Amino acid sequence: MTQHASPPRDNTDKVPPMGRPPSWRGLFARADVRTLSLLGVLAALILIGGITKPDEFLDTRNLQLVLTQASVIGVVTVGMTFVITSGGIDLSVGAIVALASVWATTVATQDYGFAGVLFTAVIVGVGCGLVNGLLIAYGGMVPFIATLAMLASARGLALQITDGKTQIVTIGSILDLGERDAYVLGVPPLVIVFAVVTIIGWLILNRTTFGRRTVAVGGNAEAARLAGIDVRRQRLYLYLLSGLCCGIAAFLLIILSGSGQNTNGNLYELDAIAAAIIGGTLLSGGRGTITGSVLGVLIFTTITNIFALNNLQSDVQQIAKGAIIVAAVLVQRRTASST
Amino acid sequence: MAPEPPLLSMSGITKSFPGVRALDGVDLDVQAGEVHCLLGQNGAGKSTLIKVLAGAHQPDTGTISWRGEDVTLRSPIAAMRLGIATIYQELDLVEHLSVAENVHLGHEPTAAGFVVRGKTAKASTARLLKRLGHPEIDPGRLVGQLSAAQQQIVSMARALSHDVRLIVMDEPSAALDPDEVDNLFRIVGDLTAEGVAVVYISHRLEEIRRIGDRVTVLKDGRAVAGGLPAKSTPTREVVALMTGRNVEYVFPDRPVSAPDGTPVLEVRGLMRHGEFEPLDLDVHPGEIVGLAGLVGSGRSEILETIYGARKPGAGHVRVDGRALRPGSVRAAVRAGLGLAPEERKAQALLMLESVTRNVSVSSMSRFSRGGWLDRRSEAGAARAATRELSLRPDNPAVPVRTLSGGNQQKAVLARWLLRGCRVLLLDEPTRGVDVGARAELYAVIRRLADEGLAVLLVSSEVPEVLGLADRVLVLREGRVVHRAPARELDEHRVLDLVMEGSPAS
Repeated sequence: MTQHASPPRDNTDKVPPMGRPPSWRGLFARADVRTLSLLGVLAALILIGGITKPDEFLDTRNLQLVLTQASVIGVVTVGMTFVITSGGIDLSVGAIVALASVWATTVATQDYGFAGVLFTAVIVGVGCGLVNGLLIAYGGMVPFIATLAMLASARGLALQITDGKTQIVTIGSILDLGERDAYVLGVPPLVIVFAVVTIIGWLILNRTTFGRRTVAVGGNAEAARLAGIDVRRQRLYLYLLSGLCCGIAAFLLIILSGSGQNTNGNLYELDAIAAAIIGGTLLSGGRGTITGSVLGVLIFTTITNIFALNNLQSDVQQIAKGAIIVAAVLVQRRTASST
Repeated sequence: MAPEPPLLSMSGITKSFPGVRALDGVDLDVQAGEVHCLLGQNGAGKSTLIKVLAGAHQPDTGTISWRGEDVTLRSPIAAMRLGIATIYQELDLVEHLSVAENVHLGHEPTAAGFVVRGKTAKASTARLLKRLGHPEIDPGRLVGQLSAAQQQIVSMARALSHDVRLIVMDEPSAALDPDEVDNLFRIVGDLTAEGVAVVYISHRLEEIRRIGDRVTVLKDGRAVAGGLPAKSTPTREVVALMTGRNVEYVFPDRPVSAPDGTPVLEVRGLMRHGEFEPLDLDVHPGEIVGLAGLVGSGRSEILETIYGARKPGAGHVRVDGRALRPGSVRAAVRAGLGLAPEERKAQALLMLESVTRNVSVSSMSRFSRGGWLDRRSEAGAARAATRELSLRPDNPAVPVRTLSGGNQQKAVLARWLLRGCRVLLLDEPTRGVDVGARAELYAVIRRLADEGLAVLLVSSEVPEVLGLADRVLVLREGRVVHRAPARELDEHRVLDLVMEGSPAS
């Protein structure tokens, strides 16, 4: 009955007062408490950095370094945020970054130049994502198990390719991207890539049917299925997306380190999950925030930087990270139950 | 000589949930050694009452006395300590543990306080199973490998592993074959002979006649009759008690002439093994067809199979003469089917999302170009669809979880309205909807039919099916036992059909 689909008889021309784009005040009110508190934490960290090491921390080069370091894990986290929002998990991201980075830096690949390296990194990432997605969506495997298997095999393959050796990049145009000359208005190219991935990720999650389906699958997969959504295909796409992000991150890492190593991306899966969770993405699915994830990444990277500048060992860093994750989740519980 | 106080006496029990008064001053007393049957239609308050008795719900008001002393059942453990055990319809066993481990779960025989004595547990479990007439069940087997009937025996063994004085059984015969039912009754007889009281819940009148001593009838949260003699009260009287109602629902008028012409939905020979037998069914545009039946009669399974959410064993579904790909929800939705499932929260709604997004989820391609959502036209269309159904509050930006049950149901209907669906499958559309809001929902459903939708309605509330539907199919245990226009049936007759399979008078 098409008359149901057609616009209603009356009241249609009235613009809904609550549905219209928010005014600035509305926007501020809607910028939820969580995002504001994450910004607060980041500001506090910058303050601490500025007080403890005023010269080193606020130095432009240091800030460029922090953002560059955040870029690699940041791109991975954007993909991870989609997967977690859909109620899944991708434990293989670090291993995929390692495999993509070594495959793209073999002597044979480097013969094809800049494009060959970039293409290989992306294709390896997407290929691993495809395997994950097929196993999970159509093979009925639990995401935890399927991506754990991918973690193990991708790392093994990366070791086999390199034989444990560091593969040096010899292509000048790639190495140049890491140099100061390539900075655009003081912003490193890696950071620009991170920003672009973030913006595209935000748009996909918040403004497209793909994002809406992701949230629906994560919120209630059975309801999504009965509403006519192809849940399996959506899951496949999500792991492909995560793999793609890993491929991009691998290329960024090649630029950053000038090499490919089978130990690359170690424990990225944990950092990416942690950043997404403290950012406010629900581990159980159904709610995801790219903004929160990026803030989470920046918070972790800033802490690492401040600790390094103050000559604190990585063991202390790890303890601090753990404490922050616990604190963030407890605070979120509190705010979630009060609303 | 003063009369012995009853084993259990509940009086004036009241329990409200948001929007529903589930129990409204219920009295129940149970004597040691009797089988006390609880009877009532779905939603009458039986489940709530036994959950209060099991300590799972706390009553708002009312007193419970146990062997003459007032008690408070603060938790299931408190009830268990007194000797009250409950066997729920949905068995609460751990599939991956063995029979013995399940039986002793929470009170394992231990050595030195923490080492589980597996052999002792197995031996005592074997004794219990023998007492229950099922010595063939191996205490070491995993519960997940047992049949439904055997699992029920395990559940009962668990109840008996405590020092139990009262056992509540919630529709224990629903999953059993006739000879297993005989064994169940033998067990009940043995228990009562030992002085244990049994509170027995069933829809089946003939069972209540066989083993019951007294009957309490619940209706709309009240006990309309307490302690009737189970064997001598006439069926007529029991059915009248169950159905005579204080709240008269207002049903919309039916169209004067029955719709004819070609059916939009045609079901031919559709069946699923163990769920329902081959079914033929037509629904015309503008027509509401009702399926009446009890829980377990295959109602929901039929709807979900038509919708493609379950794969049929045989048969097919046609919409406008075109066969749907079996077992594909997407094919069904594309062809114009829409389902409002029984478990709204678990199967239909995205509880974290706004009403708008819940309504638009099945029509997203209409508000997007190249995957890009036009959120303004989405919000406008969702608003229009929810307004057409008078959904309250009149603001689709609010989270769907803040809505009442009736308005959540309207959000699901709005989803299919927006999609432009042609056949609406409604599974218990008024479940969890409070009494006041039902009439409005009925009016909405009838209006949608009048506008040309074909509606297939499933309900365990007989008056709902009779009041709303044009034609009725009565189901019993997966089989259609009767078809008739709704105006040729009455509630007593349908209840007789669903409970006993044949007209009683």
